[in-house]
Amino acid sequence: MPEVKILEDVCKGCGLCCDGICPVNILILSPNRINSSGYHPATVTDMEKCTGCGYCYITCPEPAIEVYK
Amino acid sequence: MKLIFGRPAGLTEVNQRYCPGCGHGIVHRLIAELLVELDIRERAVGIAPVGCAVFADEYFNCDMIQPPHGRGPAVATGIKRARPDCILFSYQGDGDLAAIGTAETVHAAARNENITVIFINNAIYGMTGGQLAPTTLPGMRSTTSVQGRDTGKQGYPIKVCELLAGLDGPYYLERCALDTPKNIIRTKKVLKTAFQNQINNKGFSLVEILSMCPTGWGMTPVQSKKWISEVMSKYYPLGEFRNRAKEEK
Ligand SMILES: Cc1ncc(C[n+]2csc(CCOP(=O)(O)OP(=O)(O)O)c2C)c(N)n1
Ligand code: SF4
Ligand code: SF4
Ligand code: SF4
Ligand SMILES: [Mg+2]
Repeated sequence: MPEVKILEDVCKGCGLCCDGICPVNILILSPNRINSSGYHPATVTDMEKCTGCGYCYITCPEPAIEVYK
Repeated sequence: MKLIFGRPAGLTEVNQRYCPGCGHGIVHRLIAELLVELDIRERAVGIAPVGCAVFADEYFNCDMIQPPHGRGPAVATGIKRARPDCILFSYQGDGDLAAIGTAETVHAAARNENITVIFINNAIYGMTGGQLAPTTLPGMRSTTSVQGRDTGKQGYPIKVCELLAGLDGPYYLERCALDTPKNIIRTKKVLKTAFQNQINNKGFSLVEILSMCPTGWGMTPVQSKKWISEVMSKYYPLGEFRNRAKEEK
């Protein structure tokens, strides 16, 4: 099963990975977490569904996303 | 488990100081991946611009130089001629490349200089506070065109790929965008061709990339990428403007 890791303190909460680019829509900006820079980091809602396509990584400017398989 | 997508070795560990959702970070990553994939990191020399990417020398894990505003292609020319084994990339914004550096850009292209130019078109001067750039769209607001660009007063934008396609010199010119994963993947393919052309001594390649500047545009990152899809890429059509490899076939 593929797995996505968000590097919370690198994420700038831009939301680019959360806007419909994930084919299974499992990325959101965490409403109740704040990282060391004051941003709401992205988070995965249902890891089981991840296909490992890498679109989130491709979209992330930081990059604050790692994909494992 | 094996890492299949993650920070490439072509980037340092320094966290980039760009605004959230800025396109510069995406292009940095694509270049960094290619430095590794093409095995050119040890002989690459990057030229950082004056603009938000002025600190690119801290972000790329290869040799870097940061010359005066707009002089990237001239400095790249000098290094390439002195050290033809090096792979030169000049990374430039629209203010850097199409305003103060117009002469250097046009002449390097006309000479078909064997360098790779990576042109970040975000239609604005990001670093200095969102002023009008040569690439600002008609009607687009900036801090020096608060009612929107008035072509009667401020003239018309410069379409860099179209302008350079008027010259016989350049080997490869293409415009891409960062608005969708598909277009980002395409951008990487185009950047790869631009580096390969230099490796094969073909001459001047320029890749123009329509890139988000959420801060300068007064939009969220998500609104910015939609604006590229719906507005900016209509004014600046994506595609190939010159590819002499095809003519040679
Ligand atoms: C000789 C000189 N003139 C003007 C400036 C001020 N200046 C700094 S960055 C910049 C333009 C930046 O815009 P752009 O190249 O589009 O880069 P961006 O920040 O948008 O990526 C200007 C005019 C300068 N640093 N040096
Ligand atoms: S790898 Fe693909 S499926 Fe998995 S979270 Fe990222 S975009 Fe979604
Ligand atoms: S694209 Fe990257 S920086 Fe932006 S919210 Fe997603 S993980 Fe964070
Ligand atoms: S001002 Fe614009 S170009 Fe500069 S870092 Fe911010 S978003 Fe990027
Ligand atoms: Mg700019």
